[in-house]
Amino acid sequence: MALKLGDYRTQVHNDWCAGCGDFGIVNAIQMALAEMGVQRDKTVIFSGIGCSGKTSHFINTYGVHTLHGRVLTFAQGAKIANPELTVIAAGGDGDGLGIGAGHFVAAGRRNVDMTYIIFDNGVYGLTKGQASPTLKLGEQTKSLPSPNTNYNVNPIGLAVASGFTFVARGYSYDVRHLKDLIIQAVKHKGLSFLDVLQPCPTYNDINTKDWYAGTDLVDEAQKRHSRIYKLDEKGFDPVVHYDSEAELNEKLSQSLIKSLEWGNKIPIGVFYKNDTISPYSTRLQDKIPNYLENPPAKQNISKNGYSNTDISKILDSLEV
Amino acid sequence: MSSVDFTWLIGGPQGSGVESGANIFSRVCAEMGYQVFGKREFYSNIKGEHSYFTLRISDQKIHSNVNDVNLMVSFDAETIFRHFDEVISGGGIIYDSDLEKTKTDDVHTLDDPFKERLHKDLESKNKPFTITGVLEIAKEKGVSLFPVSFKSILTSLAEETDNPRLKGLIRMFNVIGVSLSLGLLKMPPDSLQKTIGVIFSKKPQIAEINQLAANYSYNYATVKFESFNHVLPGIEKEPGTLLVQGHQGTALGKMACGCRFQPYYPITPASDESVYLESNEILEIIDDRLGSTVIIQTEDEICSMGMTIGGALTGTRSSTCTSGPGFALMTEMLGWAGINEVPIVITNYQRSGPSTGLPTRHGQDDLLFSVYAGHGDFPKIVYASGDIEESFYDTGNCFNYADTFQVPVIHMMDKFLASSVITCKRFDTQKISIDRGKLLETVNDGYRRFEFTDDGISPRSRLGIDNGIFWNTGDESDETGHISEDPVLRVKMMDKRMSRLDLILKKIPDSEQVVSFGVEEYTIISWGSAKGPIIDALEMLKKEGISIGFIQLKLLHPFPTDYVNFLLKDAKTLIDIEANYSGQLGKLFKQNIGRDIDYFILKFTGRAMTSTEIYDSLKKIIQNKANKREILIHGA
Repeated sequence: MALKLGDYRTQVHNDWCAGCGDFGIVNAIQMALAEMGVQRDKTVIFSGIGCSGKTSHFINTYGVHTLHGRVLTFAQGAKIANPELTVIAAGGDGDGLGIGAGHFVAAGRRNVDMTYIIFDNGVYGLTKGQASPTLKLGEQTKSLPSPNTNYNVNPIGLAVASGFTFVARGYSYDVRHLKDLIIQAVKHKGLSFLDVLQPCPTYNDINTKDWYAGTDLVDEAQKRHSRIYKLDEKGFDPVVHYDSEAELNEKLSQSLIKSLEWGNKIPIGVFYKNDTISPYSTRLQDKIPNYLENPPAKQNISKNGYSNTDISKILDSLEV
Repeated sequence: MSSVDFTWLIGGPQGSGVESGANIFSRVCAEMGYQVFGKREFYSNIKGEHSYFTLRISDQKIHSNVNDVNLMVSFDAETIFRHFDEVISGGGIIYDSDLEKTKTDDVHTLDDPFKERLHKDLESKNKPFTITGVLEIAKEKGVSLFPVSFKSILTSLAEETDNPRLKGLIRMFNVIGVSLSLGLLKMPPDSLQKTIGVIFSKKPQIAEINQLAANYSYNYATVKFESFNHVLPGIEKEPGTLLVQGHQGTALGKMACGCRFQPYYPITPASDESVYLESNEILEIIDDRLGSTVIIQTEDEICSMGMTIGGALTGTRSSTCTSGPGFALMTEMLGWAGINEVPIVITNYQRSGPSTGLPTRHGQDDLLFSVYAGHGDFPKIVYASGDIEESFYDTGNCFNYADTFQVPVIHMMDKFLASSVITCKRFDTQKISIDRGKLLETVNDGYRRFEFTDDGISPRSRLGIDNGIFWNTGDESDETGHISEDPVLRVKMMDKRMSRLDLILKKIPDSEQVVSFGVEEYTIISWGSAKGPIIDALEMLKKEGISIGFIQLKLLHPFPTDYVNFLLKDAKTLIDIEANYSGQLGKLFKQNIGRDIDYFILKFTGRAMTSTEIYDSLKKIIQNKANKREILIHGA
């Protein structure tokens, strides 16, 4: 029987603030899972700590709510041990780009086939609104005692520079577009990254829903326009089409330049996609030829309650 | 035949082949039927600092080093300066005669505190601060000197074989030193040739010139050296004898017991285990296709631990291997594994702390840290192996405990074990039982991961099996794994998890918790690698008619209070022996048993205890001449 959207939802009470952008992201994840018809018991949502950390409890698949900054470590471990799983990791911008920044970079280098979604709202909501790594230098959201003294991290640029092979940005109030991005990200063979702009209605009074909608902006014709625009509608081609240095350099640099666009025009969509870099499973398979057929989680390790591993050749070499 | 108990020491700058020289010597001795116990000491340095290897050889089972050295071979000056006084009367020193005029100040790696002590000694004996000076002291003590120019050996060899290239091959000094030693000891030469072939099997050309050099040096010693009062002609070899290095016990144990996933971050002295596992990543499986252990080098120990937990959630037996500083980084996640009841094994090859401490030196420093690791209360097991042979079987047990009780297990090893080489009986994989506890193969509808059960352990699903969906969270949770802050549920969940500590004590057999070597009026309590030197010291005392008891604690958390109390009821004087400053086991003992330790024998120089030192301290205790804390300091 085909699964419906409702099958991917749990009954767990959602305690996010009214108007929180996180709702759009969870809905988009559930819609994407339903549209792809993924098997619930072959799918795992890993989440970090903070408001976004609760995501795994709202989705009716395996759910692992981990520790602050560490979501990628758990998720990669599970995916490497059992490559059959569909793995999505979710967490906040403080989680992934502050305390977890080291894991973010290292994960890019590995390119494990899974998806990482960052809920990017510029603040630490659950601890009452401190500045997060994506808040701009000098900005002062409402619960900050003084303006932010740190320069901001560029999540798209960092992902591209770290080796993520699919890098995109979504907006939590454009759920359908976000859903499509999530589907592309999950289907991508390698590590995909989604930076999702997500207004925090309680603590971020700068990057609000209205701000993204551009209610404060008027163009030459005195018409209002949204700050958000879609890359594919502007003919932006994010794909590394063939394995050459020139092609790679061009696509890397255009995505980096694009990632710097902010202010009155904020691009969403796919910034970079590179299928020429091998996913981690291929690298493991090069060393362990039957890794994908017989990965760690599938291996039979005993016979009649005793070890079935034959280490006699190694012992022979140690015998005198 | 009189019994053999012989100690050989080789030293030289790091990177000069001390270790491979020692490997050749160990293997030859083991091939000739002897039991060996060797230990490597080295600086935190890649090339140039002093490293040495002490190898004890016997016709009896031995478990430790002793203080006395019978034969030392050195191809640099530093080894002679640092170790000449360890060679006893009747022993010998083979040294490079080209070094005789070397002054202490010429050796830049001699550090000031050592040099000051040495100069004082030389001054008091009215000797020059040179190699000649220290060798005179040795000679006056009754040590035979065997000078030989290592360079002229190469020169003659080059001439004889008409191969001028050999003249400059000072990298072969190690093999020359080993071969001179074996020639002096009249060890049959075939085994030496064979062993060099084995050790350099991947580089046949190098094997060949080393064999030439070995042959030449061996003959040189038999012809040119005066006779020596020790010979090692070989004895009957026990079939099924292994020559193993420290890290191989736990690594082979992991392969055998089905550990298939090990993320790790490089750290001394733990990484050798992971590298060895990766070198043997593809595994033969009886009646099945090939298996494998996936080893991942991560960006830090936090990631190692996170990945290990992630792997374990898929039902894979997963572990990581680290040392104190790395384990410190893992502790937040240890609590996560605790509250989520995830079976993992952390192999902790301890070293000297605090902080980076003595990074390449020994210490049993992490006992209390491991017992209390992690914030909040959660069940875990801390289990310690006493020697390399034990560590193979214990590794299997640790994974069974983890699966059975669904707790993290910290398997305590240390640098002493890691850098030891021993002969022991071939490991028997048939003794490795596999018990996965309540791990489910299939799951029915309505599954709840943290369901309350009679024994406090819930059936365990794994990521990716049909109907087995569960949730995990580091927050307190309900039976399905969703967050709950309900106070009543909180009490039930804490009780459920913590009740496991009693269950562990009830279910793990006594013999796996504590090993009793007999209890006497004076009885030692100890743990981990201190076992070897203790056993040998007790053997020495027994020969003098003195019996001292010894119980080795293997299960350190939860503490086997009742069983230890039962064992120690007739012990009047308790002696705690361990390699740390504060007597950590003694503290744990006092906390759980309520009894004071009468004497502590402690060592925290970073060098492993010798049986000689323990023997001396125990004698002082019996003679009522000991301090409450006997502090051991032997070893360069």
